[in-house]
Amino acid sequence: MAPKRVVVAMSGGVDSSVTAALLKEQGYEVIGMTMQIWPKSQENPAQENPGGCCSLSAVEDARSVAYELGIPYYVVNLRETFEREVIDYFCHEYASGRTPNPCIVCNHRLKFKALLEKALALGADYVATGHYARVRYDERRGRFLLLKGVDKHKDQSYALYGLTQYQLGHTLFPLGELTKDETRHIATRLGLPVAAKQDSQEICFVPDNDYRGFLRQRIPEKICPGPFLDRTGRVLGMHKGLPFYTVGQRRGLGVAARERLYVTGLDPERNAVILGPLEDLYRTGLKAEAVNWVSIAPPSSSLTAAVKVRYNGPETPAELIPKGESEVIVHFRQPVRAVAPGQAAVFYHEDEVLGGGIIASAAEM
Amino acid sequence: MRRVYLDHAATTPVHPEVLEEMLPYLKEEFGNPSSIYSWGREAKAAVEKARTRLANLLGADPAEIVFTSGGTEADNFALRGVAAANRQRGNHIITTKIEHHAILHTAEQLEKEGFRVTYLPVDKYGLVRPEDLEEALTPDTILVSIMFANNEIGTIEPIAELARIAKSKGVIFHTDAVQAVGNVPINVKELGVDLLSLSGHKIYGPKGVGALYIRRGTRIEPLLLGGAQERKWRAGTENVPGIVGLGKAAELAARELPQRIKHLTELRDLLIEGILEKIDYVRLNGHRTQRLPGNANFCFEFVEGESLLLNLDLAGIAASSGSACTSGSLEPSHVLTALGIPPEIAHGSLRLTLGRNNTREDVEYVLSVLPDIVAKLRAMSPLTPGGGKENV
Repeated sequence: MAPKRVVVAMSGGVDSSVTAALLKEQGYEVIGMTMQIWPKSQENPAQENPGGCCSLSAVEDARSVAYELGIPYYVVNLRETFEREVIDYFCHEYASGRTPNPCIVCNHRLKFKALLEKALALGADYVATGHYARVRYDERRGRFLLLKGVDKHKDQSYALYGLTQYQLGHTLFPLGELTKDETRHIATRLGLPVAAKQDSQEICFVPDNDYRGFLRQRIPEKICPGPFLDRTGRVLGMHKGLPFYTVGQRRGLGVAARERLYVTGLDPERNAVILGPLEDLYRTGLKAEAVNWVSIAPPSSSLTAAVKVRYNGPETPAELIPKGESEVIVHFRQPVRAVAPGQAAVFYHEDEVLGGGIIASAAEM
Repeated sequence: MRRVYLDHAATTPVHPEVLEEMLPYLKEEFGNPSSIYSWGREAKAAVEKARTRLANLLGADPAEIVFTSGGTEADNFALRGVAAANRQRGNHIITTKIEHHAILHTAEQLEKEGFRVTYLPVDKYGLVRPEDLEEALTPDTILVSIMFANNEIGTIEPIAELARIAKSKGVIFHTDAVQAVGNVPINVKELGVDLLSLSGHKIYGPKGVGALYIRRGTRIEPLLLGGAQERKWRAGTENVPGIVGLGKAAELAARELPQRIKHLTELRDLLIEGILEKIDYVRLNGHRTQRLPGNANFCFEFVEGESLLLNLDLAGIAASSGSACTSGSLEPSHVLTALGIPPEIAHGSLRLTLGRNNTREDVEYVLSVLPDIVAKLRAMSPLTPGGGKENV
């Protein structure tokens, strides 16, 4: 039987390089691919963000890894798609007083959609990435399950909850079975040129990790100073523009007060940033929209799950009440700190990702 | 797996006889041509022999040949050199919309520096209309630069006629002949051009060497300043092995030209007829006959050029969607856009360029592989009427 063909999304980093190497060892016919997503204006090599996953230097690193592995390697142009699906979304969400998560959107719309389409057009059976997560097919449920990575510190299932059954059926995550240390050992054993590279942490398209500067350039008209209010509506000072604040933020507020103040809410209608003490940050529940059910079929009655409301956040037990096709009301068993509209709420049962959605609003105490 | 190289417009393999001639100048004959002792004299003699060989290919006088680092430098030299030397006479330059970026980006830079540039349109075959040039000429015009043959679609421009029009107004005429040299007969005297750019690696010579023909008496200033090499036209120690290689490649081109044209034209027509016959919704870009002997360029409707190229690569076939210098950017080609081809169709373009080593079997291999790839991509494409069954 001919070996299965797989396209590996290569970023030039350790994880995707080891992904390609492992799949090749396992007998797959591997093709490396990097998405070119940079707006032309940011293509000045002297100014690029070296940590960015799809920057020009990343392309060069990925190319040399692919060459070492002896696999074909292509750069595909997804600039327009990225601009439309990720950057526009990112700016629009901030402009609407929400906190976007561009990596989730990039996974769902770029890596496992546009790139998957490219892969299928090349006759590939799968796209593989270096995410720390696992996919398993469950005969009984007749569904692909998305599971946390074995390395709980690196688990990236949170950012993958949006994948459909079709997408999961065409996806391989070989690193899901490994710890980051094991990945690094493999990179060293294989002599990969990127074995010692640092993990990238930043938003790949925001130069110098300065998202405020990026927004100022992109959506200057949406950045209007307005009032800081307390929960009773009293004016505490002036803010620099809604997009510059995130629920839970404490630093850089520039408001003198007797107690420590946090951003507890953003109110686009009044162009106001709501401040309050730590206890005001806690929420008893939330409403999630655009919900995608992953490891289970869309439920018709309520169920319990552990819910995560941000990438590195803790899991909180909660009751999920489905409302129609794509909404879920979440009641936490204990209050949760800093629930930011625009971020994802992801529902877990042990290692399984049951599903998730975008936080539309949070319920106050 | 069978491997077929069909991207000779991007670069060509070095001819074995070219390599033979170059090797001594990478080894024992390493002298600097400017030195007075025997090593220098040997190197100098080799450079001058190469100059004569290249001059013979073009029907030029050896003293009219200046070696450069390649076609791009020759183009920059021609435009910037003429602009600098003629600034007092006028500030208007005429070129076309379908030039190589070595011309276009230099022209754009000259615009920033205060020159006015007219970019002539082309007809649907990529041909410049002589009357358009006539109309564009003004008393301020100092230079006309029109490519001899287009690198993407292979269209051969009526250079003799265009040059005559420019010269009748006393305007300097340059042609970027990087794709044409070695593929069509060229005699600079008969053509009446003042400046002509060429490149070594497009004619089975090495990379990193090219030349600018400068008709004696042309008002032009050097681009690079420094030592007195190339009679002060181009400073910098000569790339002796490269120049020797270019000279030999020119000699071979002159000798083999009639056979090359015959061989390439036969294969090209086989390829074009085969593709037009076996695949629907395909159009040939450029002119059917007024084109480079080795060039075939198509648009496949409902197909994305990028996926086509990658599939061909996986089948061992080297091809390109346009020019190698713009691949990676998938904006529709400026050349196809200038022909009036809508962007969604221009995205499905494929350029196959044949060379002296290609065989009938190579063409047959492409004809056996390409129709299946196109059919497969069309079945997946949401653009195809009735296609796009894979719903991601």
